Order: sequence, then structure tokens, then C-alpha cells
Amino acid sequence: MAAWPGVLSALRDAHTAAGSPTPHFETLDPDSAGEIDAIAAQIIPSTGGPGAREAGVIYFIDRALSTFAADDRETYRTGMAQLQQKRRELFPNSTTIASLTGQQQIALIRTIEASDFFELLRTHTVLGFLGNPSYGGNRGETGWNQIGFENLMAYQPPFGYYDARGDGEKK
Amino acid sequence: MSGVAFPTTDSVDFLVVGAGAAGGVVAKELATAGFRVVVLEQGPYLRETDYSHDEIKYTFQPGLTNDPKVQPITYRKSEADHPQPMKAIEYGRQVGGGSVHFTANYWRFHESDFHEHSLFGEVRGADLRDWPIAYADLEPYYTKAEYELGVSGLAGANPFEAPRSKPYPLPPMPAKSSGVLFDQAAKKLGLHPFPAPVAILSESYLGRAACVNCGFCESFGCEMRAKSSTLVSVIPLAEKTGRCEIRPKCYVRKIETDDAGRATGAVYFDRTRREIFQRAKAVFVCANGAETPKLLLMSKSKRFPEGLANSSGLVGKYLMWDNGGEAQGLFEHPLNEYKGIQVTRLIHDYYATDPKRGFYGGGGIDARFDFYPAGFALRGLPPDAPRWGSEYKRMFTTYFNRTMSLLAHTTSLAQAKNTVSLDPEVKDAWGLPAIRITSDYHPDDVATMKWMMAKQIEILEAAGALKTWSQPYDVVSNMPSRHLMGTCRMGNDPGASVVNAYCRTHDVPNLFLADGSNFVTSARQQPTATIQALAYRAADYAIRAAKRGDLS
Repeated sequence: MAAWPGVLSALRDAHTAAGSPTPHFETLDPDSAGEIDAIAAQIIPSTGGPGAREAGVIYFIDRALSTFAADDRETYRTGMAQLQQKRRELFPNSTTIASLTGQQQIALIRTIEASDFFELLRTHTVLGFLGNPSYGGNRGETGWNQIGFENLMAYQPPFGYYDARGDGEKK
Repeated sequence: MSGVAFPTTDSVDFLVVGAGAAGGVVAKELATAGFRVVVLEQGPYLRETDYSHDEIKYTFQPGLTNDPKVQPITYRKSEADHPQPMKAIEYGRQVGGGSVHFTANYWRFHESDFHEHSLFGEVRGADLRDWPIAYADLEPYYTKAEYELGVSGLAGANPFEAPRSKPYPLPPMPAKSSGVLFDQAAKKLGLHPFPAPVAILSESYLGRAACVNCGFCESFGCEMRAKSSTLVSVIPLAEKTGRCEIRPKCYVRKIETDDAGRATGAVYFDRTRREIFQRAKAVFVCANGAETPKLLLMSKSKRFPEGLANSSGLVGKYLMWDNGGEAQGLFEHPLNEYKGIQVTRLIHDYYATDPKRGFYGGGGIDARFDFYPAGFALRGLPPDAPRWGSEYKRMFTTYFNRTMSLLAHTTSLAQAKNTVSLDPEVKDAWGLPAIRITSDYHPDDVATMKWMMAKQIEILEAAGALKTWSQPYDVVSNMPSRHLMGTCRMGNDPGASVVNAYCRTHDVPNLFLADGSNFVTSARQQPTATIQALAYRAADYAIRAAKRGDLS
């Protein structure tokens, strides 16, 4: 798995390519951003197409914690502290979550998947992947493209396979 | 805002509390009949240009609904439990109220809904009663509502519907893939699917353009003004008279009464939290099935020590819940259900109670998809699906456009122990008591949902679903309840009801309540058409009463 500096640099490149401003965190420090990003990338991995990392979910989370989810900062702080403690117990020689192998990250997340913190992080990851891009995630409508949501203001029927096929045909 | 502005020192003819589905109708009726009307609305005055397709804002935050951060709600299952802060109920909180963000399903009641007690007798543990009115009393007002607001549907397509004096003013909306699949499956099973009646314009109507099928109805305000909220239909007519003032961000804390026991007006906090008394000759409270009883319970006085209009002790009692379970099915080809209005086909075959089933209750089943992208990934997959990781991602990315839901809308029995009351400890941001909800299902409510769920799965299978599943429908999973009914029930006996057959309180002759609180039974959910028909009828009665000097 890529360590955080590599991720940051890749994201910076992506931003530059997209003509967006340089990434900038308002609430998270770069170290914890890298750790949270690593978990988000296991919640929605980049298998079979872009995942949380490519969609810029970490920027969504940073902005959420700076705005409408500011009340959740403490949950993140204590949740991450407990997760780091678990990491040290499970992988004593490790230094960060981001530097664990994918299998190790999955094993680590399994230890907290029933917690309120994980449910919050899962919710934020999904919102950052599939929510409106104006919140900083779902970059380039990455998440919407993955599920086949077009984001237009108007549609004309037929909408799907079965109404296009019409009432006449029997299944 | 184009209406008149009355000095707050003026006494007006009518004060209306709440500018929602009912309050908007009442305001328009009173103002066009020549009366001077002030409408006090808790929420802001938004326009279609204020809305957006922002799922986070409107479904993960209280974009158009009550915000528990400023108005906490507490919930307990029974009186024995300690109430916990929880968004147990949800209601629209802006000019137009719930008619702004509702899914726009617009079902009339059936004839039997008004006298189920006579038809089926007592139900143990519940207080099943007949309404003091019959369907025929409301029919002209259902028709009026459909024509003044703008409702699309196909008269005669539902063989179980009650007689109608006129067809719908607009033809039905186009069937989506869910509607086509449902239609075919239901017919295969010998059922009678029909196009959904919806308060959404299928064609341009009364100066508003037709729906463009954007798909963002439920929980969202309509940017096209095609959803027939009171905000875009009757409220502009009320303001146009020059006799109706809508005052947004005004939160009423008490209805005042005089020594004769008549309502004299209301005390409210304006947008700057200044307390103002607005005097009026008569008052309509249209604040919804939770806020209306709350306001009455807060309006205590020497003469009304248990709250206003509460000599029966029934204000806040018999809260009925938004019942029904949701089944889902996965299909081979894309349905693209996010396009178009939520519901296009349904059945009423199981609507009537059938004593042979062994319980009271019934319901309608509609084919729909009411998930938006993030909500689907978080809550739309089978309950046993992985919640994160590569298989989770594979499922939500491939299921999103291939899934449809069948939602049942089922009976909720009136039980005296299910209540809206004032929380003795928790206060809102204005220092007023929080709404405390005490509510649990009646065993027959659960039996109905379970029985219906088997039918929902049967239809999905007949439609060719590759896989079916159901979402949990216990009382907490079905929160927040958006249909708030029964808390100031209607009846002829002042000892056993709060309002009479015209929504006039038994105790206070110039005080009317018009909203879901009037309901004696829940029918099968989808209360908006009936709320609005009752509001038209109550306003009609109040106008005649006022004209003969009965209210001043």
C-alpha cells in the first residue's frame, strides 16, 4: 500500500491535472489524514474501478469535520487513537496504518467494524464517494460514474430496460 | 413574499398556525372569502431557486425538516422507559410544510375507512372508532383539492376506489421500469395494479410546467414547481388577495384565551426571538400531528389547566405511526430507477381488513425506488451484505440501477398509550419543552406488516427478481415517522374526542384544528389528500360560521 506522502503527491498531481487548487486540509493534520485515507480506501477500495481514494473522500471528510460534522471531531480523535492502539497490538513493528499491507489493514478494520466510530467513518466515506461534489469528494463525479448515476436535471422516458421494452411483452 | 403586511398591533379575522399542507389550504380559502388572515410559520420562506439536488443537505441533514439540534425530540417505547433524544418524527418546516418535500402520493381514503369500528368491532388493546363523517361528506373536497392543487392519476383504474364526482385533472405520469415490472407481476397474480395518483403535474397546469422526471421528489423541494405543494399552488392565491400575510420564522408558544374561554390570538417568537401577541377573532392550528397537540398542551391557563381544548384528556393521545415494510428485488437489466418520480404503480387489493386473516389491518403496496446514491449504498443493500470492502463496492455499484422496492403502507391502530406529550426535562432552543413521543406497535400492526411483506416478496418474485430481500421494519427502524396522525381526534362526543366533524374544538368555539391530528383511524397511510380535504371542509364551515357572526 502507498504511504501517505505518495498518496498526497498523487492527489496533488491529480489536482494539478484537473486544474484544481492544491489540496489543503482545514481540520485534519496530514498524518491523520493519511491514516484515515488508508481506512477509507479499504471501505471503498479501488478494485474494479476508482474508489474512495480517487474520489478524494479524505477531502470530503476534512471539510465535513470543519463544517456540518464538526461535532464528530472527538469521535474521530478517540476512534483513531483506539485504532492506533489496536494496530500496535496486532502489528508491533508497524509505524502507521497507511504503511500496513492491504491484508493487515483489513484485519485491523475487522477489530472495529461494529463500533460507532467505524459506522461514522463508513457513512462519511460513502457520502464522500457518492455525495454532491461540492462537498469536496466525488471528484469528477467518480462515484456517480461508478454506479451509473448521470446527474442530469431532466430525463425523458423510457428510463430503463423494462419500460423501454414496453407493456406488450410478457416476461 | 408578495402578500400584505399587517401591523402586529392589528387584530385580524383569522390566525393560522402553520403554513403547510393544511394551513396553506385554509389560508387561501379564508383570504379568498374576504377575511384578513395572518399565517405564522416556524420555518423559512423558501423558493424553488433555493432548492438543489444535494442529497447530503436534504437527506442526511434536516434541509427541509425539523432540526433536532434546535428542537430536540425524545422517544420512549412505553411510559416505563426513560425517553432518549431521537429524531422519532419528521415534518416539513418551511412555508408549504410537508407538501414541499413529500413524495406526493395522493390517495383518497376508501369508504370503509370512515367506519371500520362498525364493520369490524373492537380490537383488543386499541381504540378503534368510526369517524363522525362519511366518505361522501369529504368527496367534494377531495375533488376540490385535486383540481386546485394539481393531481395526476387515472380515475376508474383502481377497482377498489370510492366513487368520484370527477376524473383527475391530469393524466397519470409515465410508468417507470418498476411500474412496468410491478404491473406485469401483479396482473399475473390476479391483482389490479393502477397508475399512482400523485400531486405532481404530468402536463402543464394552472401556469405551472409539467414534471421533467428529475427524480428528486422525496425529501426534496421541486425546482420546477411541478410538485403541487401549497407553496406553489394555493399560497400564492392567498397572498394575491392582499388579505393574507405569511409570517415565516415565527414560532408560536401559546394560544391565548379570554375569560369567556374563547381564543383571542397567539403569542409567538418572531425571527429575532422577540415575543409578539397577534390578536385574531378566530384561530386555526394546522401545525401537524405533533406540533398541534404540543401547542395545545403548552397553552395552559387557569380555565384550561390540562391544556387548551383538552377537557377530554385526549390531546396528544392516539398517535398513529407511519407503518409499512420495504421489500426489494434485484433484476437482470438496468431499471435506472433514479430517473422519474418515485412511485408510478400500486395495488389496493389488500387494502380492506379481512377478518379471515386473523388480525385487523390492511394496506396498499407500491412499486418505487426512493433511494438516492449515498443512501442506497448505506441503507439499500440486503441486510446481510458486506458493509465495506471490495464485495460491498461491487454490490452497491452493480445493484444501484438494477434494484426496485415494494413499499407497503399499512394500518396503525389508535392506542391511548401512544402519545405526543411535553418532555418535562428537555427544552428546545427557545426554552420550550421538547416533544416527547411514546409509541409502540400494536400486535395487529406487526401482523399486518408481516402478512403484507409475504405479498411484497411474492410480487417481486413474479416480476422475475433474481434475488429479493427486506429491510427491517421494527418501530425504531421505521423512524422517523412522517405521518403524524390521531393526536386530536375527531368525533361527536366531546368526552371522547377533541374536535367535531368540522375540525372545530369542542371546548373553544373559535378554535379549529386542521391537520393529521384530526384522524380517527390511520386508513392505510398516505394522509395528505385527506388532510387537505378536511382542511377545505373545515375552512368552508368556518367561513359560513364567521359570516353568520358565530365566530366573533
